[in-house]
Amino acid sequence: MSFQCQKYWRPNAGNASPETREMAFLEVQKLNVYYGHIHAIKDVSFHVKQGEIVSIIGANGAGKTTTMQCISGLLKAKSGQILFKGNNICGKNPEKIVRSGLAQVPEGRRIFADLSVSSNIKLGAFAVKDGPEVLKARRKAYYDRFPILRERKLQRAGTLSGGEQQLLAVGRALMSHPDLLLLDEPSMGLSPLFVSMIFELIQSLKEDGVTILLVEQNAKKALSISDRAYILETGSIALEGSAKELMNDPLVRKAYLGA
Amino acid sequence: MNFIYQLLNGIQIGSIYGLIALGYTMVYGIAKLINFAHGDILMIGAYTALSVLPLLNARGLPVWASGLVAMVVCGLAGVLIEKIAYRPLRNSPRIANLITAIGVSLLIENLVAKFIGTGAKPFPRVFEGEAVQVGDLKLSLPMLITVIVTLILTLLLQLFLRGSKWGTAMLATSEDYGAASMIGINVDHAISLTFAIGSALAALGAIFYLAVFPQINPTMGMMLGIKAFIAAVVGGIGNVPGAVVGGLILGIIEALSKAYVSTALSDAFVFAVLIIVLLVKPSGLFGKEMREKV
Repeated sequence: MSFQCQKYWRPNAGNASPETREMAFLEVQKLNVYYGHIHAIKDVSFHVKQGEIVSIIGANGAGKTTTMQCISGLLKAKSGQILFKGNNICGKNPEKIVRSGLAQVPEGRRIFADLSVSSNIKLGAFAVKDGPEVLKARRKAYYDRFPILRERKLQRAGTLSGGEQQLLAVGRALMSHPDLLLLDEPSMGLSPLFVSMIFELIQSLKEDGVTILLVEQNAKKALSISDRAYILETGSIALEGSAKELMNDPLVRKAYLGA
Repeated sequence: MNFIYQLLNGIQIGSIYGLIALGYTMVYGIAKLINFAHGDILMIGAYTALSVLPLLNARGLPVWASGLVAMVVCGLAGVLIEKIAYRPLRNSPRIANLITAIGVSLLIENLVAKFIGTGAKPFPRVFEGEAVQVGDLKLSLPMLITVIVTLILTLLLQLFLRGSKWGTAMLATSEDYGAASMIGINVDHAISLTFAIGSALAALGAIFYLAVFPQINPTMGMMLGIKAFIAAVVGGIGNVPGAVVGGLILGIIEALSKAYVSTALSDAFVFAVLIIVLLVKPSGLFGKEMREKV
């Protein structure tokens, strides 16, 4: 994995042309993030169009989660812009960002283990102002889809299996009825059965009109459902393209697809 | 018969410890902070109650109504203390918070001593009324009210935390700030709410305490606060019902040791309980095993 993408390095990678900018649903421009003196994210730019599934692929420590946390407002960027539906959300508090229609499923799920499954789901709608009937219908639709979680509604969320917890984390994020869903390593540590289930869920969300930004180490799976993807290496976008292009790129195949 | 009365005394004082311990345990749960100023908040509550008494008397309101005013004032005081003293240190090492809490405690005590005076002030009878006769037992009114109100409030608090939107948001925040704010919970608000509830309960504890020991002074919150803190540790810090159970255990041990062993040594028994719990089960009776995250 000591593969370098220097050859592919394009300083302007991800800078959308004016037409695509108009269509971009989420547009990250020249994002820079520091942890103390460490320059973790260097001039990262990318965009997601409405209705797309876009993946960010990269190894451990490439800056995927950092980028995600900046978009959802948990981390403050040093410079750069994050435009969501045309408004700059960079530096806004997470509460406002959720309300504007952006939800995140964090890395490692981070469900509330001491609370019941049902409380976790209900809390997902904490910030939104939909009426109780709407929220009830939304919960019902979710439980209808994952009856296993309905059965365990009153159980402590910490007692669920890893896969069930991931379904719960996605459900919690969906309760705010997001237009854009950020998924950070949703397949991490899951059994193959649940990995397939999660990826099927992501695809069906796309059909429901949810735009998706997916961060994954499982490049093969991620590319197989994505429209486009970006390869992130040590804090910079090294490569971008349609999922198909990237899947057939010899260097990507070698470094990320193990082929 | 005497034994039963001593037991009831213990349950009464234990309920007071429990009410105050709720504040310690909730604040610890969400802010990971031992709020040493908690005892001084209840002292503020006692002084507030005393100072509004003439106003209430003029309107013909009962003495216990001063407790309601004290709850509101203390709730605000708790929120204010968190905002000024603890919030700026939220991402600092815990020891900084701990030292600040001790500083806030000393500051409040000394401000009160300076501006109001160190002399003890008497407090009038809180609950007027006859003792209730149950069979051979004569149950005092303050005892009944203290125990019943404590149990009802603990139950309501538990229902609020487990069942309501803001209650679950507080629990969620105490578990994971990041995940909570990710779903749009304002962590600052959740923490403020915790301080408000905990401090209001401390004020109520102060009024019940004054019904037993009707005297106010600037350091009254110290020993009471420490005992309530021990109650919270015995019950498992962070655990709401545990705080009340811990309070009851402590109150009963204290009352019985006062009656049957030695009045002077009763505090020693209480502290011995703390030492034994810390040696045998450091996480407390109902506490979770502490797992330090690496």
